[in-house]
Parts: sequence; structure tokens; C-alpha cells
Amino acid sequence: MTLKIGRRAIIAAAAAIGLSGPVAAGGHQVVESIHFLIPGGAGGGWDGTARGTGEALTAAGLVGSASYENMSGGGGGKAIGYLIENADSQHGTLMVNSTPIVIRSLTGVFPHNFRDLTLVAGTIGDYAAMVVDADSSINNMSDLVAAYDANPSGTAIGGGSVPGGMDHLVAAMVMEAAGKDALNVKYIPYDAGGKAMAALLSGEIKALSTGFSEAVALAQAGEVKIIGVTSDERVAAMESAMTMKEQGIDTSFVNWRGFFAAPGLPEDKLAMYQDAIAKMYETPEWETVRARNGWVNIHNSGDDFMTFLQSQEKVIGDLMKKLGFL
Amino acid sequence: MLDGIFLGLSTALSLQNMLMVVAGCLIGTFIGMLPGLGPMSIIAIMIPVAINIGDPATALILLAGVYYGAIFGGSTSSILLNAPGVAGTVATSFDGYPMARQGKAGKALTIAAIASFTGGTIGAILLIIFAPMLSSVALLFHSAEYFSLMIVGLSAIAAFAGTGQVSKALLMTVLGLIMATVGETAQFNAPRFTMGLMDLQSGFGFITLAMAMFALPEALYLVLKPSRSAQGNGGVIKDLRITGDEAKKIAPVITRQSLQGFFIGVLPGAGATIASFLGYAVERNIAKSAEQKEFGNGSVKGLAAPETANNAACTGSFVPLLTLGIPGSGTTAILLGALIALNVTPGPRLMVDDPQIFWSVIISMYIGNVVLLILNLPLIPYIAKVLAVPRNFLIPFILFFTLMGAYIGQNNATELLILVGFGIFATILKFANYPLAPLLIGFILGTMLEDNFARSMNLYDGAAFVWERPMTLGLLIVSLLLVVLPSYRARRARLLLSRGANGV
Repeated sequence: MTLKIGRRAIIAAAAAIGLSGPVAAGGHQVVESIHFLIPGGAGGGWDGTARGTGEALTAAGLVGSASYENMSGGGGGKAIGYLIENADSQHGTLMVNSTPIVIRSLTGVFPHNFRDLTLVAGTIGDYAAMVVDADSSINNMSDLVAAYDANPSGTAIGGGSVPGGMDHLVAAMVMEAAGKDALNVKYIPYDAGGKAMAALLSGEIKALSTGFSEAVALAQAGEVKIIGVTSDERVAAMESAMTMKEQGIDTSFVNWRGFFAAPGLPEDKLAMYQDAIAKMYETPEWETVRARNGWVNIHNSGDDFMTFLQSQEKVIGDLMKKLGFL
Repeated sequence: MLDGIFLGLSTALSLQNMLMVVAGCLIGTFIGMLPGLGPMSIIAIMIPVAINIGDPATALILLAGVYYGAIFGGSTSSILLNAPGVAGTVATSFDGYPMARQGKAGKALTIAAIASFTGGTIGAILLIIFAPMLSSVALLFHSAEYFSLMIVGLSAIAAFAGTGQVSKALLMTVLGLIMATVGETAQFNAPRFTMGLMDLQSGFGFITLAMAMFALPEALYLVLKPSRSAQGNGGVIKDLRITGDEAKKIAPVITRQSLQGFFIGVLPGAGATIASFLGYAVERNIAKSAEQKEFGNGSVKGLAAPETANNAACTGSFVPLLTLGIPGSGTTAILLGALIALNVTPGPRLMVDDPQIFWSVIISMYIGNVVLLILNLPLIPYIAKVLAVPRNFLIPFILFFTLMGAYIGQNNATELLILVGFGIFATILKFANYPLAPLLIGFILGTMLEDNFARSMNLYDGAAFVWERPMTLGLLIVSLLLVVLPSYRARRARLLLSRGANGV
């Protein structure tokens, strides 16, 4: 999501600009070179993911050299179109993308969807979380649902995405799973994660739907309480944060980031890329990049990635229909 | 707290950190002069360097120096070339560029340097004394207040509604507001008015539009109407010094705007751009009517106000960043990213856990301002010499940087087509004597105006926020007064004059 200059994007971007690591010419090089196509401008979340991954791959010697190209336009749609139109000459290119490709393809903002591309691998992800002000009387999800029952229009939930965007869908998904009508939930959109956080602390909104890694940073600073995480089990980064599931709200959600290649990519090339990425997780170089950016390893390669995307598309599609966005 | 200040002082004053401030200011100033490279991109470029330094205090000191340098450098291109590279320096070009055209480029740059220095310094002092208490001020404003603050900002347009120009200025404002609706905004998940063009889905780019509305028409105007360039830039940079009379004029402006700008900067939803427009609007509308006519035509007050305000606001924006961990602007968001990468988590605990970082950053801001002033004052005559370059060399140079500025951030060639298209359109408007500044103000404020209005309507299920929130109502009344009072005063003055003439 390059459109929002939120913490999530920036954390990833901060370290990764303009670094292409020196080549450690090890004997285990898997791919000669990769050209990373970044569908947004420099400094966004996609940019950080591509450059961080490229840095780890080259520094670990799995890939000989990496180059990067920022192609913004159409909120990412331009780069997808470019990769499809020039598929034959783009066999050396990997494009980074994330959850919005699913959402935006559903709404028709992108004329293409992930099936039009070759799926390489989902590499990292972040869970979503609901947070409230540290001084709030709300302590868990059932408090939030009770507050909503008492005064639906006074219990506004904010987020850093447009209505129908990721933060809204997570809020709707959670309230729906708690047995409420997601249509009546008042969602207030902000154009950046920081502004949404300011609105939460100023009391303009009662709860905030945001990324888990961002929420952890603020919870550790004592500013917010995490009242629910959309993971299946508690996450090591903050063991005290309860999952939605253990509070009886049966829902889970991962905001993934991963890599795609041009349609019609030869099988052997695809296998090579997947092999390089799979081996990357074992390297200390990747661990450095991952830790620096606070990413969570969520590796889905090839067919697993397709299954994952299809199920995410179904869940999000159903919800968006219900909310009237489709 | 005093312990912390001394700790910060000793950290900031170490030889290494002083070198970092100087290096940061120099890098920022020179790169910032290139239109299209604002503080955000320069800081993004410098982050890997800062992270390799390792020590968070030193890294942040370097980045803060770059930040200040970039803002100062940005005003240089606004004043000399009418090419504001960042939204925060658009208002600087309103009076700075006319001054440069009158051959007072050196004076304009000097005023800008002094105004920036004072704004930044007063801001840093306020930050040192009040930072811990100001975190609650940062959370005072809700969307409703931001909406009314944007309305106050829009009243800056009155400055361009000179005699007989009211309808033209309003027309241009509305056009700017309309252009701000293109693309996706925070309120809708579908593209609006993009005519099916993918490149418009994120809306028009600010830099593209600023170049198209200001720099490009100005360059084309010089080509098409050579007589205009005869005045002014004869190569002589006269009037470097500020006269005592001018100093007296700008002193109260700078004082007021340091305070006003700082407090607007503290608000996470406002920032340097809003501060500069508000500063310009307020100073113009409270000025004497004779001075009001100078605004937009090279008024020293009109230059000092936004320059002070945007620097004070930049300092102010460190309050929510350091005390709450909330970035108020794209630039502070990138700084926050750098902090987190350096294992520093800004927030209420930063001052307790890492006092040397908290205080050394604040103190280095103060030092950064002093360094900037010392570096830049002697350089001004040389920088101003840019205008002494013969026209047939200068204009291609401006065109090159204009095009580069629009392309560089996005790597999107369509931006160039948009730039040229709007540039020609704007040149025609300029020949037809339409003021272009209101268009850009409308465009910049339009998105924030709409987002905050829509949020408030949604939160209050209607327009109830106007009377349920006293601060909103107050700000709306202020903006009404800012527009109505000057014209009322002018009308009264005219009436009195005509009565006198009739011998009544």
C-alpha cells in the first residue's frame, strides 16, 4: 500500500532505500540476477520489501545481483499491466505486491488479478489488530462489542485505509464474526496511519484497526492497548495480546507481501526463483533485514500461495458484497 | 529535566555531532535547492547513511540538519525561480519571486534566511521548555477543527483578490478544489474523475502541478514576453541589506508567526504547508490597507510570514513525533521509520528511557538553525547570482529542472505530459491575467478540506459538529472575519474619503 504513508510502510522503507549489498560470491548462487519491479514510488512499503529482499538475497550470495525499478501509477495497476503486456521480455523480473492486489482486483480498480500473473511466493506478512487508547475503559473485544451495542453511532472505529480497504475490512470482519451487522459499524478513514493514531488518542474514534507490528510499537510505548489480534495463536512479539479467536471471535487475517512474475514464465526459471527465496529464510542476512523491519516470516510458495490467495479473495469478496462495495 | 538538557547539550556539542549538523545542513540546502527534491526525498536518500552511523543521537542529528537545510534550500528555488519544490514553500514564492524580479533577490534571500532562523530558533526554544506539556495540545484538534483550520487557510486567497480580480481569484480557487478531487481519496475506494486513465488514479502530483502552475509559465512568459525580463535581473544584485524601516516592519510579523507556526506544526494533521498559508493569510489581513496592496507584489511582510511559519511548524512537528510517536507529515513519518530502524521507539517513554536522544535532538535543532544562518548569509550573493545568468542559458536550465523535478519522484513519464499540458494551460491563464496561486492553494488544501469535512459529517451524523464543538465554530468565525474585515475597512475608508471630498 504505497498510497498511505503510515508507520507500516515507513518502517519497511526506512532501512531499505538505495542499498544493494555487495556480492558475496559464494558457491551456492541460485539465480544470476533479479530485476525487482516496484509498483509504487521510493519509500513505500512495497519499495522497502523489494529492496530488503534483494539486499538479503544478494548479501547471502543466493542471487548475483539485484536491480530495482519504481513504476508508480494507478495505485500499482500500471506495473501489473506493464508486466503482463511485456511478459515475453520480463522473465528476469519479479514484482512485489501485497493484500491490496486482491482487494483492488475485486473492486475492478485493477483490470487484472493475481491469476493473470505467475505466482512466485508470499514471503512476509503482518497480522491485523484492534487497539484502543491506553486510558480507555475498553479492555477486550467483548467490552468493545458492548460499547457498540450501547451506542452504535458513537462507537466509531478508525483506520488508515479507505472504506472498503484493508483496515475497514478487518474491522468489519471482526464485528461480523462477533455477531454484529458489519454494515452498521461506523468506520472513519484516515489517509495515514499516524493521523488515525492521533485521532484515537484524541478521542475522536473509540478503536483503531491497524497492523499488528505497528500496534506493538505503540503498546510498548504505553500509548495503546491491543484488544485483539487476527492471528491463530498469540504472537511472540507481544505474548500478552489476546487473539480474536480466544475471545470467541472466529476470524483470522494476514496482510501478506510477496512476489509475482510475468505470465508464461518457464517452469525452470520459476523453480529457480522459488528455490532462492526458500533458501533465503535460513540465512543470517535475511534475519538482519527481517528483524530491522519487524517483518513476520509467512512463506507460501507456488500452489500454496495460490490456495492462500483464493481463500483470501473469497473471504474478502463475500465481505465486500455484504458491505455493498461489490 | 535540567539534567536531561545538560546531557543533551553535551551530546549535541561533541565534535562528531557538530560536524553532522554542518554536513546535514549543507547537503540539505544544496539538494533542497533542486525543485522536485523536497525534504522527504532527501531524508529518504540519507537514511541508509544515518543507519550506518549506528548511534541514534548522531544519526538523528544528521537527519534533522538535512531537514532544516532542505526547507531552507526549497525556499531558495521558490524565490529565485518561482519553482517551489515542496508545498511548504509555495507561499514563499508569492512575494519572494516578485522581489527577485524587482532585482531584490539578495534581500529576499536574506529575509528568508533570517525569518527561517528566527522561526526555527523560537520553535526550538518552545520545544525545549514545553515539549512534554505540548503532547496534549497535539491531541486537541479533531477532524472538525482541522476542517475549519483549512477554511481559515483558504482565506489566504483574499490576498490575490485584488481590485477587479475577486471573481478570477475565486474561479481559480474552485478550479484548484476541483482538481484536488481527481483520483482516490481517503473517503472513497473508487477512482473519481480519472477518465479511465490509470496514471490519474493517485490524483495529480503536487510537484507536477506546482511546476506547471508556477515555474513553467514563468519561464515561458520570459520567452514570449522578453520585455518583462528587461526589468530587474540586470545581473546586479543590489540591496542585500535590510533597511531599518523594513526590519521594523517584519519584526512583529516574525514574532507572531514563530508562535503561530509552531503551534500549527504541533497539530499532527496540519504541518508546515498549512502554517505557511495561515501565516500569509493572517498577516495580510491584519496589515494596514496600504501594505495589503503590496502583498503578492513583493511585500517583505508577505515573504517573512510564510518563511517564519513553515520553519517554526517544522520544529513544532517534532512534538507529536517525539512525545507521542505520531508523525504529522510525510517527512516526520520517514524520520519515525529511521528512529525505529535505530531501535528507538518515540513516545511518552522516550524522554524517560533515552533522555540523551530526546534532548540532543532538540538542542541540535537549535544548533542547526545557527549553523544554517552562518552558512547561508555569506553564500547569498553567490546563490542570487543565478539570476545573473543570461536569459538564453537560464531558461533552458529552469525548464530542465522543472521537468526533472516532476519525473524524479515517481519515475512516471506521464507526469511529464501532465506537466507540459497544464504548463501551457497555465501560461494562457497567465496571459489572461488570472492569478495562479489560488489554484494551487485550492489544490493543496482541497484534499484535506474534503477528508476532514467528510470525517466530521460521518462522526456527527450531519453538520452538528459546527455548533457542538466550540473550537470549530470559533475558527469558522475567525475565517469569516479574516475575509470580511479587510473589505469592510476598505469600504469604510472609501466612504469617509468620499464624504470628505463632498465636504460633508
